[in-house]
Amino acid sequence: MSFLKIRDLSVVLRGTRHRLLRNVSLDVAATEVMGLVGESGAGKSMIGKALLGILPRSAQVVSGTIELEGVDLLTLPPRQRRTLIGQRAALIPQDPLTALNPSRRIRPQITDRLVDILGWDRARANTRAEEILNEVQIAAPDRVLGSYPHELSGGMRQRILIASAFAAEPRLIVADEPTTALDVTVQKQILKLIHEMQALHGTALLFVTHDLGVVAKICQRLTVLYGGLVVEEADVRAFFRGPAHAYSRALLAATPRHSDPEADLTPVPEPVIAAVQEQVLAADRSWSHA
Amino acid sequence: MLDGRALVKRTAGLRLWLSVAWLAALVIGAVFAPLVAPQDPLMQDLFTARLPPFWMPGAEHGYWLGTDSLGRDVLSRILYGGRVALVVALLAGLATALIGATLGLIAGFYRGWVDMVISRLVDIWMAFPPVLFSILLIAVLGTGLSSVILAIIVIDWTRFARVVRAEAMAQGAMDYVASAQVAGRGRFSTVLTEILPNVLPTITVLLTLEMGIAVIVEAILSFVNLSISTDDPTWGGMIAEGRASIHQAWWVLVFPLIALFLTVLSFSQLGEGLKDRFDPVLQ
Amino acid sequence: MPDLYQVQDLHLSLPDMTRKPLFGAAPRIEILKGLTFDIPKGQVLGIVGGSGSGKSTLGRAMVRLLEPTSGRVLFDGQDITHRDEGGLRPLRRRFQMIFQDPMSSLNPRQTVARIIAAPLSLHGLPDPSARALDALERVGLPRSFGNRFPHQLSGGQRQRIGIARAIALNPDFILADEIVSGLDVSSQAQVLSILRDLVRDMGLTLAFISHDLSVIRRLCDRVLVLHQGRIVEDAGCEALFANPQAAYTRELLDAIPDPDPENAWFARA
Repeated sequence: MSFLKIRDLSVVLRGTRHRLLRNVSLDVAATEVMGLVGESGAGKSMIGKALLGILPRSAQVVSGTIELEGVDLLTLPPRQRRTLIGQRAALIPQDPLTALNPSRRIRPQITDRLVDILGWDRARANTRAEEILNEVQIAAPDRVLGSYPHELSGGMRQRILIASAFAAEPRLIVADEPTTALDVTVQKQILKLIHEMQALHGTALLFVTHDLGVVAKICQRLTVLYGGLVVEEADVRAFFRGPAHAYSRALLAATPRHSDPEADLTPVPEPVIAAVQEQVLAADRSWSHA
Repeated sequence: MLDGRALVKRTAGLRLWLSVAWLAALVIGAVFAPLVAPQDPLMQDLFTARLPPFWMPGAEHGYWLGTDSLGRDVLSRILYGGRVALVVALLAGLATALIGATLGLIAGFYRGWVDMVISRLVDIWMAFPPVLFSILLIAVLGTGLSSVILAIIVIDWTRFARVVRAEAMAQGAMDYVASAQVAGRGRFSTVLTEILPNVLPTITVLLTLEMGIAVIVEAILSFVNLSISTDDPTWGGMIAEGRASIHQAWWVLVFPLIALFLTVLSFSQLGEGLKDRFDPVLQ
Repeated sequence: MPDLYQVQDLHLSLPDMTRKPLFGAAPRIEILKGLTFDIPKGQVLGIVGGSGSGKSTLGRAMVRLLEPTSGRVLFDGQDITHRDEGGLRPLRRRFQMIFQDPMSSLNPRQTVARIIAAPLSLHGLPDPSARALDALERVGLPRSFGNRFPHQLSGGQRQRIGIARAIALNPDFILADEIVSGLDVSSQAQVLSILRDLVRDMGLTLAFISHDLSVIRRLCDRVLVLHQGRIVEDAGCEALFANPQAAYTRELLDAIPDPDPENAWFARA
């Protein structure tokens, strides 16, 4: 049984036929780190949100299946689905500033989920909160748990969010651009932390990012998206030796790299964009005829 | 790319038209009251006392919404009362907005000691209980429409000042203000060209809200007989009189109450609808 | 060649409003702790540092959005350190700034053409609308964009409007504050290439603030590395990358994730 199997997932703008995700299919093995890459608007965040059931109100799933360990999340009744997701999955959000409630201390923000959704008792949840903060290398976890978010730095807050995601031992974590809002030196620390936590807990990771450099360092496989369409899916090592699709090649060419300092950063050329847009249109044509 | 904004515009359209319709009817009825009102609002006739509205048995032709205990036509009195309501709404609303928003803009943008002075003033001012304050003012100034309007301005300017100040502060932190400064624009000019247009939607909503509040305040004051000094009908006055005869003639209280409610509601919805309609960001 | 900018022992502190006592002034936090450097005409200078390094504050001090607490800033030989707005206005034409967040640096209620033309009419230049449309062309956008509003454009396009606004006045110097940080890789490459062409064609002097060293490398002749309000390294671009002297510079270089899946990256602390 495959771990995560997404087939033909299509999401539209509610009330229209404009698709935000176009027949997306992908597979993730248990304990694997899969990168979801694309420019903004490519739909990479949308896949994770559809999975976790947190799509914005303006979006609507119209077709497809999302099977997590054999269970199709899209056909479950909402309450059951929320419980299942709460037990098996977690989210590391993009912005540590807005992801934490500024009016509550850290402790309840971590333990609430454990108590409400998993049914743990307070004592066990509190112990776990301290344990997990230790794991993310926060010294003096007790003091941090008693603090308010604004008393902590951005990097610290992201650590807490990571800890919170791993706390209930989920089988799958969706990391939605977790380092985009961070300084480059802090980004490295956080990526290192995610890398280690993932290896330690054996959690599958859907890592959403626009940065191919980050994908190279932390992912084992990746999926390239454009306009909600899967353009390429590949093993990371093979990909960086030479991507198969012209659009992927162009993206790579636009990404700065140390090994080739003289290379000009070329924007994605017009013909390549036109070609991939044609691909999107073709997908729409066959969809509306179905 | 489309987004949910299209949905917002649709509902905004409907409520805008409904509130405009009511307010337009009110304005026309009030302005042309002498021509439109079926009866003389002041004429007492004990033989036509307590007639019910037109759909009930015992009603008489020409007294559409019934009459009060002195035989005066309710509909005509509502139309004339509408004059008072609208005058107060317009004058008090605009003056309050002008004074409050100006002070708020100055405080929020220029900051420093100007902000300190204005903010402390607002704080102290807002500490006075509004209803008592207005009654005190009227006691000093005497009754009459101008006193009512003045009382509303004196009390409510702080609402604008507070909100507009906060918005002006937020706008002042925007990079396009810094950009204007780098380009060499003077501070006063910046307030007019960069900040005011972005604060205008809020001011519009507050203004229409204020108009609704002004109507209510006038109704409260005329309820306790502290509003206009003459015999001219006011909605608050009608409600006060209607209390006495509520069991025999409920329509004397209910209809002015409905008129009051619809007017205040229309003002607030008007503001929301206008704001959305004229905001280029939502297009 | 004369230096366009001379910065001498620049200090800048700002009041810490979170620790303000009830009466009296708030204690001041020192953000810039004594910076000294020159910018020759025609140079493209990169200013790099993490958050809290003071790089944005330095930029704003240089275009006099903020007033230094002590030290001197000279623009083309003139001391602008403590000049008031009146004294600065004639010079304002000559140094311009492009901001990081195009959404908050473009007034959402003004059309693109108006945004670009505004500084032109302020300085009494003839034909502001025509010049504004010319500027649009120079940044590779169609003239029809003049009638659009900022929210109708993509991030990369908005950033190009910011550039158009800055070059419309034909300044000598432009400060670009993290202008590609929020952009896609492709838009980023586009904006950088436009900037490079403009610097060459207009003979601009450019100060480019960024936290991303790999972007700086593509654009700059010389780099200043800032850390906690001080300059820790000041070197030519290639020299810095080939042979970083300061520990913090090495840390910054190490932190960049290269698109190359080699395993040792995490091991290099």
